[in-house]
Amino acid sequence: MKEIRYIRAITEALSEEMARDEDVFVIGEDVGGPGGAFSATKDLLEKFGEKRVKDTPISESAIVGLAIGAATQGLRPVAEIMFMDFLTVCMDQIVNQMAKMRYMFGGIYKLPVVIRAPCGGGLNAGPQHSQCLEAWFAHIPGLKVVMPATPYDVKGLLKTSIRDDNPVLFIENKALYAFKGEIPEEEYLIPIGKADVKRKGRDVTVVATSRMVHQSLEAAKSLSNEGIEVEVIDLRTINPLDKETIFQSVEKTSRLVIAHEAVKAFGIGAEIAAMVCEEMIDCLDAPILRVGAPFVPVPFNLENFYLPNTEGVVQAVKKVMAY
Amino acid sequence: MVKRETLLEMFYLMVKVRRVEERLLDIFAQGRIPGFIHVGIGQEAVAAGVCSQLEPNDYIFTTHRGHGQAIAKGIDLKRFMAEIYGRRDGYCKGKSGSMHIACKEMGVVGSNGIVGGGIPISLGTAFASVWKGEKRVTVCFFGDGAANEGTFHESLNLASLWNLPVIFCCENNGWAQFTPQKVYMKLENISARAGSYGMVGVTVDGDDVLKVYEEAKRAIERARKGQGPTLLECKTHRWFGHFAGDAQKYRPAKDIEEARGFDPIVKFQRFLIESKYINPEYIKTVEAKIKSEIDEAVSFAESSPVAGEEELFNDVYV
Repeated sequence: MKEIRYIRAITEALSEEMARDEDVFVIGEDVGGPGGAFSATKDLLEKFGEKRVKDTPISESAIVGLAIGAATQGLRPVAEIMFMDFLTVCMDQIVNQMAKMRYMFGGIYKLPVVIRAPCGGGLNAGPQHSQCLEAWFAHIPGLKVVMPATPYDVKGLLKTSIRDDNPVLFIENKALYAFKGEIPEEEYLIPIGKADVKRKGRDVTVVATSRMVHQSLEAAKSLSNEGIEVEVIDLRTINPLDKETIFQSVEKTSRLVIAHEAVKAFGIGAEIAAMVCEEMIDCLDAPILRVGAPFVPVPFNLENFYLPNTEGVVQAVKKVMAY
Repeated sequence: MVKRETLLEMFYLMVKVRRVEERLLDIFAQGRIPGFIHVGIGQEAVAAGVCSQLEPNDYIFTTHRGHGQAIAKGIDLKRFMAEIYGRRDGYCKGKSGSMHIACKEMGVVGSNGIVGGGIPISLGTAFASVWKGEKRVTVCFFGDGAANEGTFHESLNLASLWNLPVIFCCENNGWAQFTPQKVYMKLENISARAGSYGMVGVTVDGDDVLKVYEEAKRAIERARKGQGPTLLECKTHRWFGHFAGDAQKYRPAKDIEEARGFDPIVKFQRFLIESKYINPEYIKTVEAKIKSEIDEAVSFAESSPVAGEEELFNDVYV
């Protein structure tokens, strides 16, 4: 095993896949010489040359469109969109084009496109550089949405995403870029659509994504001192959703809390809660609670009031335990 | 000098596109086609002038008004018709309809229901062609309305910057849905925008197939030689409404009448007869051949079943 930062796990995954498959290329704003705004593509230009590391103008629709067109011809583009918020300026290409082309053209194309984009607050980046919009994309048939929390999962899932023949939105968390974790020296892959039980527990299931996985693990640790054993499930993939792992856990604990950094209203927490209610309401001993951000834009310097945190998870767990 | 066989091929394509769309209007009015259709009657010279000189493996991108280009690129009329009918044997199993037809074998990468939506994607096939060291060119058709979309700007800039082998063919029929060009654009010639991208821009009489052919030839040659993209604006006329059934109440009757006066088929036919390439007998033969092709296509479409419910979940993911 070796220790690596989240951001370097991305670089390693890209570099290994580019070395393995000559059809893989990266494209985006400043991904070449500068190595990307957050250095995810560091040194790739030197290693793989200009043909495969494409610096573009600030033109998100052109970046994604080019990736789609190239993918129809068998190439495997990995597009970087600098902030997840900027996906909004190329939504047509993602939602109306990329997600639908295979279906509406009767299955004639495979579209092995990966779009990498960082989400999340915590860096005082303000309302237009901090959003978590995964629920939007999970709502679109034709897209896969991956959202890993640890360097281990980042590397394994990015490699799998690049090898997947479907469009994948790979949502990173920029507040975690410096986070360190262990990964094996040798190559490994992690399947898309498989959640990971990050901590076992008998009392309450907490389903979490991205940064909230870490907050939930901290909450679980402190609750354990009070005799409450929390099972923390890291979804890792939003769509396809690993129902089985969630259901198995809830069957055991009968209590469910869902924690995500996105605005609580209309988020993926609602989807998971509805799903559990629809299919296993008899198992529940308490209402399902959601931990998420309040229904306001991400405020520049009021993030401490805004961001869902460990304490929020602790309170929710206590509430469902007390029910 | 354009070869005789090319002239005749273009004539055949123009008449074929016209007759297919006339038939579609007829069938649509009878309620035999679901959804809605957009015809480009009066604009046939653009599709024929450009597509007649493309190789089968060259790429085209078309729009909601894209029947003509797809037919001129050589797609099979039977499967095309079945798709418009929404039937199982259509190119896309009845999931695309008139607005989204695609045929991989003939390089019709995809028609698009979003104005300007195909322009960025056309960069990708052009990019792939360069990547693989092929000489395949991409022609991206779009209308005058699409020239005001942001995708136009992003894509033309990038295509020029990277010298991509793509021809941006703006089929300017003077109308963006219900609004005439002078209401939404100060420019008279959209090709004037090419200069701002460091790209060659040309405006041509889009009702004159020989002129379209000539300028498209130059653009295609430039692209094949790696000399970069071209913005080729073909000025033409829309005879019918934005969609089939649109009564065009927003448009003066005189304008419609004038548009019909620019008939590209009449003009080309006159040239071909006067230059003794064809005679009235030849025209009859061509018309008869096309009619039988269309009859066959319609009957193929009507006898093809609608796909079963099991098809609903196919092809969302690989």
